[in-house]
Amino acid sequence: MLPIRVGILGTGNIGTDLLVKILNKSTLLEVGMFAGIDPESEGILRAKQMGVPTSADGINAILADSSIKLVFDATSAGAHNIHAPLLKEAGKIAIDLTPAALGPYVVPAVDMNLSTMEEPNINMVTCGGQSTIPMIYAVSRVAEVAYSETVTTIPSKSAGPGTRANIDEFTDTTAKAAKVIGGAKRSKSIIILNPADPPILNRHTIYTTLEQEPDQEAIIASIEDMVNTVRQYVPGYRLKHPPMFDEKRVTIMVEVEGAGDFLPKYAGNLDIMTSAALAAAESIARKMLTMGVTK
Amino acid sequence: MTQKRKIRIIDTTLRDGSHSVSHQYSSDQITKITEALAKAKIDTIEVTHGDGLGGSSIQYGFGKLTDQEAFQAATKVLGESKLAVLLIPGIGIKEDLEMAYHEGARVARIATHVTEADISAQHIGLAKKIGMEVVGFLMLSHMAPASKLLEQAKLMESYGADIVYVVDSAGAMVPDDTKRKVSLLKSNLHSTIGYHAHNNLGLAIGNTLAAIEEGADVVDGCLAGMGAGAGNAPTEVLVAVLDKLGYETGVDLYAIMDAAEDVVRPLMQRPQVIDKSSLSLGYAGVYSSFLLHTVRAAQKYGLDPRDILIELGKRKVVGGQEDMIVDVAQEIRRKS
Repeated sequence: MLPIRVGILGTGNIGTDLLVKILNKSTLLEVGMFAGIDPESEGILRAKQMGVPTSADGINAILADSSIKLVFDATSAGAHNIHAPLLKEAGKIAIDLTPAALGPYVVPAVDMNLSTMEEPNINMVTCGGQSTIPMIYAVSRVAEVAYSETVTTIPSKSAGPGTRANIDEFTDTTAKAAKVIGGAKRSKSIIILNPADPPILNRHTIYTTLEQEPDQEAIIASIEDMVNTVRQYVPGYRLKHPPMFDEKRVTIMVEVEGAGDFLPKYAGNLDIMTSAALAAAESIARKMLTMGVTK
Repeated sequence: MTQKRKIRIIDTTLRDGSHSVSHQYSSDQITKITEALAKAKIDTIEVTHGDGLGGSSIQYGFGKLTDQEAFQAATKVLGESKLAVLLIPGIGIKEDLEMAYHEGARVARIATHVTEADISAQHIGLAKKIGMEVVGFLMLSHMAPASKLLEQAKLMESYGADIVYVVDSAGAMVPDDTKRKVSLLKSNLHSTIGYHAHNNLGLAIGNTLAAIEEGADVVDGCLAGMGAGAGNAPTEVLVAVLDKLGYETGVDLYAIMDAAEDVVRPLMQRPQVIDKSSLSLGYAGVYSSFLLHTVRAAQKYGLDPRDILIELGKRKVVGGQEDMIVDVAQEIRRKS
């Protein structure tokens, strides 16, 4: 079977990490175009060295290539708002890694086969969402979750200008997805940047308050099962401590060590975004292949 | 006769002081404290959950009141004083600030870690746009060299901050450090400079004076020395000292003493002293709000709170990382 051809929009850290991951790890996907707006950008130069087709003409080269079926958008929310209708019109599926969140939220661990996914545009939530929502869902699938609260701490060095300029959108999108995908009735999200050097690992605390007294065994089993599911695409995802119970409250602490493909290992927050996007793309690619979509 | 230099005091009994009562002020208490502060002619009164707008949470402790209820309890007796609110980007969001403005807040204090000022651009921009006075609040100022502090202060100024604060959140600064940092900001910024002290090393008043000598024109205090850790500079002491030194605060000394003694002291849940835990905060350079959370965790896990605080200091945790207290407590227990 031929691999599905994809385009990557955005040649920064996220775009480049995706490129490296696909080249090194994916048998289902093939990068047909790596596109940005600056011909001199480090990302473009690196991609050229790797022998990947590049363009500095924004989305145009991707739109012009009908063999490209899937497009990762790692630009910005503003740019994605422009890209989304163009990609849809061109019949390409958009995997949105920006906070634009035009399409439904996707957290692969919660639905590995993307069974409900027939959408032309899917959104990868936030790094906080990709890391915490699997845990909220792990609790909510065995107990009613009245409230979830997530605290995401990211090493300052891995917080790019996009995250910094849109910190409210980060907290807002993470909290919304905790309800929509995680299954919490109410939710709150907090983000903290820590500048320690050497950088700390990306970490998350997930608090859930349950409606009933918890069935501890069932919850622990569900959490451990979910950690293994996430580890299928983010091997550095792990519990820091066994889940803690305090009356109706469950506290879960996870840390995310990046794979170190292109980005440094401490940047687990970025790694889980690109890994989740890749996992979602591969699920879609598998579907396409079974339906007979090829070049 | 030369005119006395004016020093503006922002009282934060109802924000930083909220840590001392685990954010459990009642509506009645807020009204009484605000009334007493307004009667003493305090220029600006800060009212918010200890961790700012939206701080009510499992992580920081749920407030007895919502921020909105707290504002409503204060504004009806605010008199000539201005209402200030604190917002920490990442915890509070722009909608919270809009709500605060709607409820009568006219001063927005936007706080970030000392090296992360660029996450405040959105919130400073919004506060300016809706017509608020803006204070940029650089927390844990002891953790960065003066040159870095200046660079970050300039960012806040460029976003529109009218006042930029050196904030000794850990009560870890000494007068020399205070002087170096305040004077560098004073000689390089157009904004007014402010200073916020904590008393963990017994230096809240001393550092505040050092800051004023180097050009800080706005300083913080809490009645009866309330506030996270060993508390802030006690407002009534600050007023007395500044008056004695010939500064003009505009505050009625007897009225502010009465406010501390008759209104705040009776509702204090614990003596506001430099005990071994709060001293360890200053010594290790840890965010003062960690105090009561650490004392609780130490009890639960059978540890010495000092061991937890010193380890947190080593790991360079920053404001808001209260979840690290239990994390570190578990690790220490596992090792021992």
